[in-house]
Amino acid sequence: MWEYAPAPESRDIANLKPNYRMFVDGEFVEGGGEPLKSVNPGTGEVLAEVSTAAPADVDRAVKAARRAYDRVWGRMPGAERAKYIFRIARLIQERGRELAVLESLDNGKPIKESRDVDVPTAAAHFFYHAGWADKLGYAGYGPDPRPLGVAGQVIPWNFPLLMAAWKIAPALACGNTVVLKPAETTPLTALVLAEIIQQAELPPGVVNILPGAGDVGAAVVAHPDVDKVAFTGSTEVGKLIQRQLAGTGKKLTLELGGKAANIVFDDAPLDQAVEGIVNGIFFNQGHVCCAGSRLLVQESVAEELLDKLRTRVSTLRVGDPLDKNTDVGAINSAEQLARIQELTASGEAEGAQRWTSSCPLPDKGFYFAPTVFSNVSQAMRIAREEIFGPVLSVLTFRTPDEAVAKANNTPYGLSAGVWTEKGSRILWAAQKMRAGVVWANTFNRFDPTAPFGGYQESGFGREGGRTGLEAYLDV
Amino acid sequence: MSENRIGVAKTYKLYIGGAFPRSESGRSYPVSDAKGAFLANAAQGSRKDARDAVAAARKAFPGWSGATAYNRGQVLYRVAEVLEGRREQFAAEVAAAEGVALKKAQQLVDAAVDRWVWYAGWTDKVATVLGAANPVAGPYFSFSVPEPTGVVAVLAPQQSSLLGLVSAVAPVVATGNTAVVVASADRPLPAVTLSEVLATSDVPGGVVNVLTGRTEEIAPWLASHADVNALDLTGAPEALRAELERSAAGTVKRVLRPRPSEDYLREPDLGRLRAFVESKTVWHPVGT
Repeated sequence: MWEYAPAPESRDIANLKPNYRMFVDGEFVEGGGEPLKSVNPGTGEVLAEVSTAAPADVDRAVKAARRAYDRVWGRMPGAERAKYIFRIARLIQERGRELAVLESLDNGKPIKESRDVDVPTAAAHFFYHAGWADKLGYAGYGPDPRPLGVAGQVIPWNFPLLMAAWKIAPALACGNTVVLKPAETTPLTALVLAEIIQQAELPPGVVNILPGAGDVGAAVVAHPDVDKVAFTGSTEVGKLIQRQLAGTGKKLTLELGGKAANIVFDDAPLDQAVEGIVNGIFFNQGHVCCAGSRLLVQESVAEELLDKLRTRVSTLRVGDPLDKNTDVGAINSAEQLARIQELTASGEAEGAQRWTSSCPLPDKGFYFAPTVFSNVSQAMRIAREEIFGPVLSVLTFRTPDEAVAKANNTPYGLSAGVWTEKGSRILWAAQKMRAGVVWANTFNRFDPTAPFGGYQESGFGREGGRTGLEAYLDV
Repeated sequence: MSENRIGVAKTYKLYIGGAFPRSESGRSYPVSDAKGAFLANAAQGSRKDARDAVAAARKAFPGWSGATAYNRGQVLYRVAEVLEGRREQFAAEVAAAEGVALKKAQQLVDAAVDRWVWYAGWTDKVATVLGAANPVAGPYFSFSVPEPTGVVAVLAPQQSSLLGLVSAVAPVVATGNTAVVVASADRPLPAVTLSEVLATSDVPGGVVNVLTGRTEEIAPWLASHADVNALDLTGAPEALRAELERSAAGTVKRVLRPRPSEDYLREPDLGRLRAFVESKTVWHPVGT
């Protein structure tokens, strides 16, 4: 293994402030809730104090969003809305380094991912949707599809800025105004995005950002003057929200958990497949709802593939998220680390064979060494439950039919992968797998033009593409 | 033949998995015309009937969703052909059920036949209209196609006994879903006769299953059933809608809420076709 000298990105670039405030009606204001402390999971130290919303603040924000919708944004010509959204895209690009470093500090993801994936893809989402704002009549929802009104949006901590972009960009393009709650552990980049929205001179109230814990999200979702709810997070909370909205008539889209199967057939290019498997489960520490967390390998190549996989995984560098050579960063929180530890312990207890990379881990912060379980059976918790960490469960199969049956043996249905050189088998497997995204000979690709979202208990509605606009239109 | 020939009355039964069973509960309930005169006894479907219907719909799903869109279009067009031949029978049933004049009933039946034809023509166009080649920023080919959601429970409209029923069921099966339909509680007879049409027009057994009975009794079992993927609330009693939506959340079902008012005589939009499809996006690298 190569030795690398430390190559840390400077944390000064993040322009970290000791205090952050919520963003309501175009202004940064103190919230009435108990301030939260956002922690740097790479070190365990407090990064900043962030004000949170009390119920009265949620009401203020929704009222501001309603006013902005009624008076300005809902009636503004699409071509004008578009220019505001293009501005946001450009400002994200201009402040890209700052956002990337801040994201890695607050979330724990490696700087090379925040720099090369999160931030550029966030900008791309605004750029893409800006162009739709004055072309909605061509989207297939009738000549003049109308917005819904005020959108209440709740997003998770795994891609804080990117999820904000996925939510805000289509909402604005379609003419809605927004009240967004970022995750409790990762509120900082969303509040810098609020600064960007100020710099872009969006009319006050069009976007409001309310940090806080689950209670703030619940208040946003339940507010009677919210017309549309969009949630990305766990299936458990998604079900609560769907239940809560029953009978209200609010439009709902959910992007929930997953337990994706990544199928490797015996004719797959194994070295490429290994890269894809690694990307599928160790990208973003495995904090990815569409992570390829169940590897299904054809029995005849299982041993060879596992050897190659372990060799490759043992070269992954786990550590300082700000180091440009880091492959796997910090687990987002102590709570999440405990959950990963609990589930991996269950894997051992249920008889799966555990292999964990012997890579060194930092003394401080929350880290978990990449782990691969083999001899996993379908009934084990590590094959059924979303671990949301750098832990891969390996199962085997003999025939293509068995592979697909195992892949589909889950209440989830967000994503799937297939590795084979045979074109007809790719298309067959892609057809048979009940999942919203199928990556063939690749994994974890995202693009604003490509709809993303789940089957079954992975949620409903799509984000991205023409299909994704439906979530924010009254159709 | 005698002038006073006694007519042969029909026994109205359920339609499950291509067969016409009575309710396993052994129950039936009297159905009257709009003026209150007795028409027939209909089977009063139970929880067990609903579960049998879901099992039949699930069993039929791989074949129906895996059939080519052209094939599904031909089968659905065939339904329209067979319906056309029974226009008079349906007109009489609709007139009795809905209390409209025969002429109006004929108009509703004609519209129902035309609705089947309209949706039959959609089967092989939905993917073109709702799907896409996604111009992603990288060396990948990415495309998205609509796929059927799975087993859809349809609470058919309570008022429009045939046209409303057809308008709700045809889009569900056009895109490859299979259906468990709860017919209008007080006006179920046209739905049973429609089942006879489906049974004789190449629609594989289990693709459409029709239950008669009390909507408020059957619907909660369908809303909470883990093997039902989606729920059309069109015919749900208003007082029950929120509770059904809450049950549906237990397995993240897709729920189609009723529109405030629906004029079934107007040409529909794509809403009902879009309601029960899942967009699947597939990626593959491009390279030498």
